Amino acid sequence: MYDFKTLYEASSVEDALRLRKDHPKALVLAGGSDILIKLRGEEISGCELISIYALDELRGVCLEEDGSLLIRPLTSFSDITMHPLIKQCVPVLGEAVDQIGGPQIRNIGTIGGNICNGVTSADSASTLKAYDAVLELASFEGIRILPYAEFNLGPGKVDLRPGELLTGIRIPRESWEHTYGEYIKYAMRRAMDIATLGCSVNVRLTADKQRIDRLRIAFGVAAPTPVRGRTAEAAAIGHALDAALLDIVGEGSLADVMPRTSWRASKEFRLHLVQELARRATIAAIGKAGGTIND
Amino acid sequence: MVREIQFRLNGKDVSVICDPLKRLLDVLREDLGMVGTKEACGEGECGACSVLRDGAIVTTCMIPMGAVQGCEITTIEGLRETERGKCLIEAFADGGAVQCGFCIPGMVIAAESLLASNPHPTNEQIRHGISGNLCRCTGYDLIVDSIRLASERGNGLW
Ligand code: FES
Ligand code: FES
Repeated sequence: MYDFKTLYEASSVEDALRLRKDHPKALVLAGGSDILIKLRGEEISGCELISIYALDELRGVCLEEDGSLLIRPLTSFSDITMHPLIKQCVPVLGEAVDQIGGPQIRNIGTIGGNICNGVTSADSASTLKAYDAVLELASFEGIRILPYAEFNLGPGKVDLRPGELLTGIRIPRESWEHTYGEYIKYAMRRAMDIATLGCSVNVRLTADKQRIDRLRIAFGVAAPTPVRGRTAEAAAIGHALDAALLDIVGEGSLADVMPRTSWRASKEFRLHLVQELARRATIAAIGKAGGTIND
Repeated sequence: MVREIQFRLNGKDVSVICDPLKRLLDVLREDLGMVGTKEACGEGECGACSVLRDGAIVTTCMIPMGAVQGCEITTIEGLRETERGKCLIEAFADGGAVQCGFCIPGMVIAAESLLASNPHPTNEQIRHGISGNLCRCTGYDLIVDSIRLASERGNGLW
């Protein structure tokens, strides 16, 4: 039917890891949305596939003893949006993945697939980056814990080694507690479109709500991979909530991005969006945190 | 490679022997005669091939059969036998929501999926609910009106 060599259907995580070890080149089929279409379009061919769609143990969200929020990779976008723990700890992640595709795709697509595809436009990526998510990569040799910040190696390329499978995405307690975020997706259409630019900001204010205690910002489609705006983050620490802060975040963000021109938008327009979305997302995140911007 | 895959279709147990990578869309249309589920784009963009899988709307052109094992699938053929389905179909007819009709099975499934979680949606929420379904004929307004009509008439159904 399609041009692929063999499909191995994993029946447990252990089974999946054994298959990954024995067939290091095989592609992993999670929700199916991307790979099935690429197979039919003959964009991928002659490959081996390992399906993990039957592994219910890789679905769901929970809070661990130390307060880390653990998201299993096969959780669908809509399950993330609806999950009470997501609403409680990182509502912005639920809001971000609610902007992917349309209702159908959000019921099929998985957060793990979104990350492992390694594309810069993934709507979950900038928020997970901005929350310092940590990945759990399992293999027969054991478990490797990798900051998500180090996972993207280039466009469509991720640091998933032969034999490894993404089994968990963690957001440490320190990272989500007292922290409020906003994601803005700029796209041509409101539905069924990928981002022209995406920006995710989260802030933790000082106890008196007068200053930035921590600000983190990440962008999608502003570089070959999702990127953090470290320059703006460093400059924002301890800053008062005022117009100068917004300038620092907007202009500072330019230091870490390198967008390109594509048919969707020019490099110049994307640079404009970087500044504008950074400002707007910062304003919204501060508002959610209970702060007000004084001019 | 083929294997047996069991699932529930419109309330009945079914079992098919097929390649686990075969699309649910093809099994419905070719093997099970459920041709109410339409294929248009074949790549997840248009929603014509929508069904409910365990109550959640999905596009069957993106679903490999292996991911259907043990699931409950509802197609338009199943939905139209229910009170909710009848209410929706009458509202679509009375509201003039149908032109060529090709997108309509998917639209009705999307409407059911929306009303099941939000029985009295605003116009904006209706548009959000059908944002994964394309219609090349109607311009959407009459579809939105008809879904609102169904939600008013079907008070208590959802
Ligand atoms: S045919 Fe499946 S979404 Fe268009
Ligand atoms: S009525 Fe023709 S596509 Fe919708």
